[in-house]
Amino acid sequence: MSDFINVTLHLLEGFGTTLGLFFLTLLFSIPFGLLLSLCSKARFSPFRYLIRGFIYIIRGTPLLLQLMVVVYLPGIVFQSPLTKWEMFHGNTALSYFCGALFAFVINYACYFSEIFRGGIENIPKGQFEAGEVLGMTKTQIFFRVILLQVIRNILAPMSNEIITLVKDTALARTVSVVEILFCASEILKVDFIIWPLFYTGVFYLVFNALLTFLFGCIEKKLSRYWK
Amino acid sequence: MALLEVKELKKYFGDTEVLKSVSFSMERGEVLAIIGSSGSGKTTLLRCLNFLETANSGSIRVGEHLLFDGDDPAFKSSSRIRRNRLFFGLVFQSFNLFPQYTVLGNLTLAARLSAKDQTKITGEHESIDEINNRAYALLERVGLSHKCDAYPCELSGGQQQRVAIARALMLTPDILCFDEPTSALDPELTKEVLRVIRGLKSGDNTMIVVTHEMEFARNVADKIIFMANGIIEEIGTPEAIFEHPQSPILQSFLNNALN
Repeated sequence: MSDFINVTLHLLEGFGTTLGLFFLTLLFSIPFGLLLSLCSKARFSPFRYLIRGFIYIIRGTPLLLQLMVVVYLPGIVFQSPLTKWEMFHGNTALSYFCGALFAFVINYACYFSEIFRGGIENIPKGQFEAGEVLGMTKTQIFFRVILLQVIRNILAPMSNEIITLVKDTALARTVSVVEILFCASEILKVDFIIWPLFYTGVFYLVFNALLTFLFGCIEKKLSRYWK
Repeated sequence: MALLEVKELKKYFGDTEVLKSVSFSMERGEVLAIIGSSGSGKTTLLRCLNFLETANSGSIRVGEHLLFDGDDPAFKSSSRIRRNRLFFGLVFQSFNLFPQYTVLGNLTLAARLSAKDQTKITGEHESIDEINNRAYALLERVGLSHKCDAYPCELSGGQQQRVAIARALMLTPDILCFDEPTSALDPELTKEVLRVIRGLKSGDNTMIVVTHEMEFARNVADKIIFMANGIIEEIGTPEAIFEHPQSPILQSFLNNALN
């Protein structure tokens, strides 16, 4: 019994890192994705193609590969591995975590930007025009009229992506981020017990159940305005 | 002096000339109906007046304000266009109410935002209470004061269009434009919306109505413009247009529309 509690506590610690990676990725990738989606519609065409090309590359390569590039490339290119960067104060775990976070943010921002683009393009033109003839500025129209309708349009694809993100955080293990799977495999290596590895699934399931519930609530709330 | 004066307005979409030098004027308090078959340019004309499209050349004047001059690029700046828009109100064919706001919210949103901007500039502005009171008064006028807390999705098409009319009136435009306001409605709902528009006429509003409702044009309009292929083919009183159509295009249009 005490084994079970110890393992749970240890895994919870790792799951904390998982959640940190998850929430920080969301925090940065949503605004960044919005920015990308607006840029990918920019009028200046070279810029637009540059952004779209970037999105294409990120979406067309595995996240696992991107993680490795972000974490190992600085060492090759700048002759200075991520762990030696001054901003991390010699904190190895922090430097790996930030590297992984960077890769996750870029990757998810690109996915989100495509979802946002679709969500914005699906808004009836009349909504923009109605705002315009009422003398509202473009910014006012976007934030006061369009945004919530975009949120409603993207809720289903976003909830899919977000739940995928919860599970994708496990990839960070490959670049030495001590998240929950890393902890479980440490236990396997040190104590030769395998069940904690399987047990980690419960953490993901419980957390995803919470997210699913949350998305259900938002959907219910928004359905008030659309029948 | 005419309230609205449109001179030689031209609009191209690519190589297609949609408006071929359109000129007309109207007086304060007049109701102008624009009729014509689809593709004749009547909606484009209305959209040019509301600056949803920018005309390629020509001029638009309301009272002593020159709002648009195709020769002067300064008239095409977005902040200027935004200010000039407020001379016109527009009611759309598909209502275009904002779904996430209540009826009251739809009416007051733009007024609240502009009051906020005004505060920054002069420190003086219309208070929220004043805005709300104006909105209630307008809702009463379109017969929907009991619906002020409803969301658009809870209203019938006719009710939505009446809300849209009240919303356009909130900004006290000099000229209220309607772009086929009843085309998305069934005959019963069409009647209730036309009744409201007719009611506005007695309230001394200046209106331009693009419509396919010939009866309505005939009974309510002071002046009718018949458009075909991007030009004003005929302009005149309802009597002149309906009883004594001159051009063969108008004659055949009326034959089709009335029979």
